[in-house]
Amino acid sequence: MGLKILVLAKQVPDTRNVGQDAMKPDGTVNRAALPAIFNPEDLNALEQALRLKDTFPGTTVHIVTMGPPRAAEIIREAMFRGADGGYLVTDRAFAGADTLATSYTLSLAVKKLAPFDLILAGRQAIDGDTAQVGPQVADKVAVPQITYAEEIQSVKDGKIRVKRRLERGIEIVESPLPCVVTVHSSAAECRFRNSKLTMKNKHAKTLSELQETESSYVNLYKTSPWLTITEWSANDLNPDFNCLGLTGSPTKVKTIENVVLTAKESVQLTPSDSDMDNLMKELIANHTIG
Amino acid sequence: MANFYSDNKALRFHLEHPLMQKIVKLKEDNFAEKDTFDYAPQDFDDALDSYDKVMEIVGDISANLLSPLAESVDHEGPKIVDNEVVYAQGTQQGLEAFRKAELLGMSLPRQYGGLNLPTVPYIMSGEIVARADAAFCNIFGLQDCAETILEFGDEAMKEKYLTRVCAGETAAMDLTEPDAGSDLGAVQLKAHYDEAKKTWILNGVKRFITNGDAHVNLVLARSEEGTNDARGLSLFIYDRNDKAVIVRRLENKLGIKGSPTCELVFKNAPAELCGDRRMGLIKYVMFLMNGARLGIGAQSVGLCEAAYREALAYAHEREQFGKPIIQFPAVYELITNMRVRTEAVRSLLYETSRFVDVYKAYDMLAKKRDLTAEEKADARVYSKLADIFTPLVKLTSSEYSNSLAYDSLQVHGGSGFMKDYPIERIYRDARITSIYEGTSQLQVVAAIRGVTTGGYLNQIKAYEAEPVNARFDYLREQLAAMTADYAKAVELVKAEKNNEYIDFHARRLVEMAGNIIMGHLLVLDANRCDCFAESAEIFIKLVYGENKQRLAYVENSEVKDLGFYKI
Repeated sequence: MGLKILVLAKQVPDTRNVGQDAMKPDGTVNRAALPAIFNPEDLNALEQALRLKDTFPGTTVHIVTMGPPRAAEIIREAMFRGADGGYLVTDRAFAGADTLATSYTLSLAVKKLAPFDLILAGRQAIDGDTAQVGPQVADKVAVPQITYAEEIQSVKDGKIRVKRRLERGIEIVESPLPCVVTVHSSAAECRFRNSKLTMKNKHAKTLSELQETESSYVNLYKTSPWLTITEWSANDLNPDFNCLGLTGSPTKVKTIENVVLTAKESVQLTPSDSDMDNLMKELIANHTIG
Repeated sequence: MANFYSDNKALRFHLEHPLMQKIVKLKEDNFAEKDTFDYAPQDFDDALDSYDKVMEIVGDISANLLSPLAESVDHEGPKIVDNEVVYAQGTQQGLEAFRKAELLGMSLPRQYGGLNLPTVPYIMSGEIVARADAAFCNIFGLQDCAETILEFGDEAMKEKYLTRVCAGETAAMDLTEPDAGSDLGAVQLKAHYDEAKKTWILNGVKRFITNGDAHVNLVLARSEEGTNDARGLSLFIYDRNDKAVIVRRLENKLGIKGSPTCELVFKNAPAELCGDRRMGLIKYVMFLMNGARLGIGAQSVGLCEAAYREALAYAHEREQFGKPIIQFPAVYELITNMRVRTEAVRSLLYETSRFVDVYKAYDMLAKKRDLTAEEKADARVYSKLADIFTPLVKLTSSEYSNSLAYDSLQVHGGSGFMKDYPIERIYRDARITSIYEGTSQLQVVAAIRGVTTGGYLNQIKAYEAEPVNARFDYLREQLAAMTADYAKAVELVKAEKNNEYIDFHARRLVEMAGNIIMGHLLVLDANRCDCFAESAEIFIKLVYGENKQRLAYVENSEVKDLGFYKI
C-alpha cells in the first residue's frame, strides 16, 4: 500500500544565528543578511514522511512550497534526503502574504494535487512563529488536522495514529485519512542526505533556473524527467486574485520595535541568613515571586 | 551548520588537484556508466561536483553526529553480549547514519551498489571521520577490505560480499596472532580442505583483531601443512553468518576505545579461499596492508587536524597574565607549527592517494581490456611510487599525530590533563597510529627501498622540474640544498656497504627524504593557491634545520659505533 504524501515546507531566514544587521532600519527582516534555510520543523515533518515511505513501498513524497524562485533549493534538499520531487508555487502576486493568503495559495496547490493521503507540515516557521498555516490549509481543504505531532505511530485501514507533544504531556489521537499533520521539533530529526540520491538529483532545477543559468547537461532533462521541478504561477492555480499576496492579507504590521536587552546592575550577596532574608523580601515586594 | 568538510578549505583544494583529470577519466572508464546508473557522472566536472557533495555529507555526519558522540563512545565502548560484539550506542548511531546515507562501499563499483569513488575522496572521508572520532574511523575504514575481494576474488565472491559491504555490513582483517605480530609469516591458524563438505575449514586463534566480529572477515591462515613461512599462507573469507567463531575477549585499551579489539577462536569455521593458495601473505595481505596503511594515514591526518583545532580554540579562550595565551610567542609558535605540519603531511597523504588511484584504476581497466604498452608502463611508474610513498605517509602522519596531540595537550596546560577537554581523548587515540598496520620501525623497513634504489630522489627531481612562479625560487633553492645534504648522507651510509649500518640510519634517511618531498609538495600547493605560501615557507625553514642535524649525525657516525648501542 503506497501513500501519496505532500509536505508543506518553507525556506526561511536563519533566525537562530541573528547578527547585528538582521533587521533593516524600517523594522523588517533583512533577508539578505541571513542565510536561507529549510525551516527546521518542516525537516521534522519530512522525516515523518520519509519514514512512512520506508515502511510502505510505493509511497511518494512531494514538497509543496510557496516562495521566491530560490526556494527551489529546499525542494532539492528534500530530494537529497529521499523526497521524490516537489512543486514550487512562485509568483510576484504572492508577495507580502500573511498566513491567510499563504494558506489560501497552498490549499489551491494541494487541491490541484488531489487525491492525496496525507499532508505533513512543520508546526510553525522560525520567521513568523504563527503555527497557523498548517491548520488553515486543513480547514480550506476540508480535512481533519492533528497539530503538535511528535511521532506517527501507525497508518492502517485508512486511519493514522499520532502521538502529540503537548505542554503538559502527550496525547495519542487517531484520524481518518486524508488529513493534515503538523510536526513538532521534538519529533525525530531529519536524516542526513543520501549520497546516491544527492548525486542523482543534484541537477534538479525549475524551468526558470534552467533558463537563467546555462547547463551543460541539457540532454539530461530529456532522459531524466525527475530533474525538472514543477513551477506554478498564480495563473496555474486559477485563484481569486483578491485573496493573494498583500491584497489578500488582513494582517497589517503597525509598528516594529527594536528591543535591546540590557543587563541590569548586579548585586553581590554573601551566604548569610540576613542577605537571603533581604533578597526574599525584595523579590516578594516587587512581585517577582509570590 | 557545522561541517568538517566545508570548514576546511584545504580538502576541496586537494580534491581539485590537476592529476584528478587523469584519475577520474581512468576510474570512470570515459564515463561509460552515465546512462546505466542515474547517479554516475556525465563528465569530469560533474564527477568532481559529485565528490564535493558526497564529502559534504561525510562532513555533515562527522560534525553533527560523530563528533558530539565521541566522548560517550570513548567512555562506553563496545561489549560482548551472547558471543556478539555490541558497539557503544554512539557507534551504532554513527554506523546507522552512514548506512542510510549509503556511504559504505564508497570505492566499490556501482554494479555492486558502490559509489565508485577514487581513493582520494575515499581517503578524505576517512580524514574527516577521524577528526570527529578516530575510533569510528576504524570501523568505517575497514570497508577497504572489500577492495581486496574486488581485486583478487572470483565473480561469485564479489557478488556475494561486495553487495553486502555496500549495503552497510562491516569488515575485518584477521591477521595478527599471539605469536605473529610484525612477523606475519609466523601465522599458525590452520586451514584444511574438507573433501566431504567441499569447503575450507579454519581452526585456531587470532588476537588484536579490530572489529573482529565483523560480517565479512579476511583471514590469513596456514593452508599448507608442514610449512613454517610466508609461502604456506593463504587468504580466506569467513562469513559471520556461519557463526563458527567465538569472541573470547575484548581488549581494554589506552585509546580508540570505541573500536572493538577482539580475540577470536575459530572452531571448524567454514571459509572460502580468496585467490590462489600460498599467495595469502606474499600478495593479498601486502595489497590489503597497503590500503590499510593509507587508511591509517587518513586517520592520523584527521587526528592532527583535531589536535590543532582544539589547541587553537583553547589558546584563544584561555587568558593568563591579562591576555589570551595565543598572544605569547611560546604558544603561537607551537600552534602555527601544528598547522603547518598538518598541511604538509596532508599534502603527502593526497599525493600518495593519487598514485594509488592511478595504478589501481589501470588494474581495474586491465580486467576489462588489454592495456597498451604505454599504459602498462605508466601503471608501473605509479605503482612503484605508491609502494614507496605509502610507508612514508604512514610513518610521517602517525608520528605527527602523536607529536601534535602532545603539543595540543601542552597548550591546554593542566586542563588538558583532565578528562574535561577532547584533547585528552585525542592524545590517547593518536598513540596507536604509529603501532598498528606496521609500527613506524617497520614502515622504515618498507620505505628504505625508496632511499637505496633512488626512488625518492627521482621523485624529488620530478618535483624540481615542475615549473613554479619565480617568487618561490628561494624556497626551491633551500630544497635543493636539502636535497644535496640528503644525497650526501645516503652516499655516506651506502659507502660502508654494510646492511646493518643502513638499517641503523634508515629512519634518519627516510625522514630526510620525507621532509624534502613535503617541502616540494607545499611549494607546488602554494603555486596553485597563495593560501599555502606561508606554510611552505615555515615548513621548509623548520625541516631545513632538522635535516642539517640528521646529516651532521650521519657524518659523525661510523660502522664501529653500532657496537656502542648493542645490548
